[in-house]
Amino acid sequence: MNWDWSAVSDFMPHFWDGLVVTLEALALGSLISFALGLVWALLMRTPTRWVRWPVGVVTEFVRDTPLLVQLFFLFYVLPERGVTMSALTTGVVAIGLHYSTYTMQVYRAGIEAVPVGQWEAATALSLPVRRTWTAVILPQAVRRVVPALGNYVIAMLKDTPMLMVITVLEMLGQARLFSQQTFRFTEPLTVIGVAFVVVSYLASLLLRTLERRLVR
Amino acid sequence: MTSGLWQLVLHGVWVTVQLLVLSALLGGVVAFAAGIGRTHRRWIVRFVAGLYTEVFRGTSALVMIFWVFFVLPLAFGWQLVPLWAGTLALGLTYGAYGAEIVRGALIAVDPAQKEGGIALGFTPAQRLRKIVLPQAVPEMIPPFSNLLIELLKGTALVSVMGMGDLAFSGNLVRLALQESAEIYTYVLLIYFVIAFLLTRGMRALERKLKAGVGRAPVKEKAVAAAEPAGAPVAGGVR
Repeated sequence: MNWDWSAVSDFMPHFWDGLVVTLEALALGSLISFALGLVWALLMRTPTRWVRWPVGVVTEFVRDTPLLVQLFFLFYVLPERGVTMSALTTGVVAIGLHYSTYTMQVYRAGIEAVPVGQWEAATALSLPVRRTWTAVILPQAVRRVVPALGNYVIAMLKDTPMLMVITVLEMLGQARLFSQQTFRFTEPLTVIGVAFVVVSYLASLLLRTLERRLVR
Repeated sequence: MTSGLWQLVLHGVWVTVQLLVLSALLGGVVAFAAGIGRTHRRWIVRFVAGLYTEVFRGTSALVMIFWVFFVLPLAFGWQLVPLWAGTLALGLTYGAYGAEIVRGALIAVDPAQKEGGIALGFTPAQRLRKIVLPQAVPEMIPPFSNLLIELLKGTALVSVMGMGDLAFSGNLVRLALQESAEIYTYVLLIYFVIAFLLTRGMRALERKLKAGVGRAPVKEKAVAAAEPAGAPVAGGVR
């Protein structure tokens, strides 16, 4: 095993560039998945099955198929249909869409966990449906599900390397580029492997603090 | 699509299924070893198992695949056949997630069951094998079923290393036809069908295992001690 610290220091500037892109994709992907997941969860509660059924099938399909192939699909099919997005945008949309099918279930569980009495109280006060959701149900439901959503942020972090396949230069993309130019594989790949462990560990610490604050 | 291209896709399905089965087996073994290790009496065993789970859960599956394919040959001189390299990377990564499932199910077993085992003079290994695991395993099936779907989706990652699985053959067909919507739709559908079959299979397995809990082994006579869940009625048999 030959480890070369100078290769590590050569790689570090690229590493920071990659880390920024990774975190960027993670932040935007999380926002999309949180918003879209809530939309799916609310649609699944509409009274008509003509909405529930298609939403259920589509989200089940997205959840059970590989993100990698979905990335290829969006990256190659959308331009054929005349929609052109940058690689990073495509990746962010794909990750957000994929994980929205997970966060949707988290929201659903959160909404179902709101005590029935809260619904009854809202009915008794004859609050309109909109106010019932925005002022009574969602504030309680979302507060409960923050830790579970955080777990999916960490899962998303570990899926960002897939963006490499659609030419996004995030951490793994930078590492691969660097190894192809210098024929040093051990150092860049180990550096980013350690970086993932460190970042996800920090994220889980942050999450635990958040959990203590929000869930009482 | 011509029949030649379909043959390519079918071969891809075969590689994906092989990879899925092999890495599920490796992952299962690793999950049980690490999960049981985390409930061991000796701290060193708990520590090693915990370190393994944290490291492999912390890093990304794709990074792990790159590491096994590129660093392992250079660092240790082991050049693995692609199928085994993929199995190793996926099995270890998803095994770490599985270890958490195993640990969770083991601690969820009612402590009184373990105490009952101690009172009856069972050795730790006997307690695990005859009392704890038969009750814990059925509880593990639903989360394991989800993990298996994750593993199926994870197998697509090996296509990045040029292994001819389903996702890879999809890319080849796209290059051949210069048209992507059709082939990627088919590929996604095939993955969905495999996932659907897996969930159905796991559900049947869960039913089967749950039906066996709390029953005496078939060949022995039913004695009260062999009925872990039957405490309230244990004295009632005359």
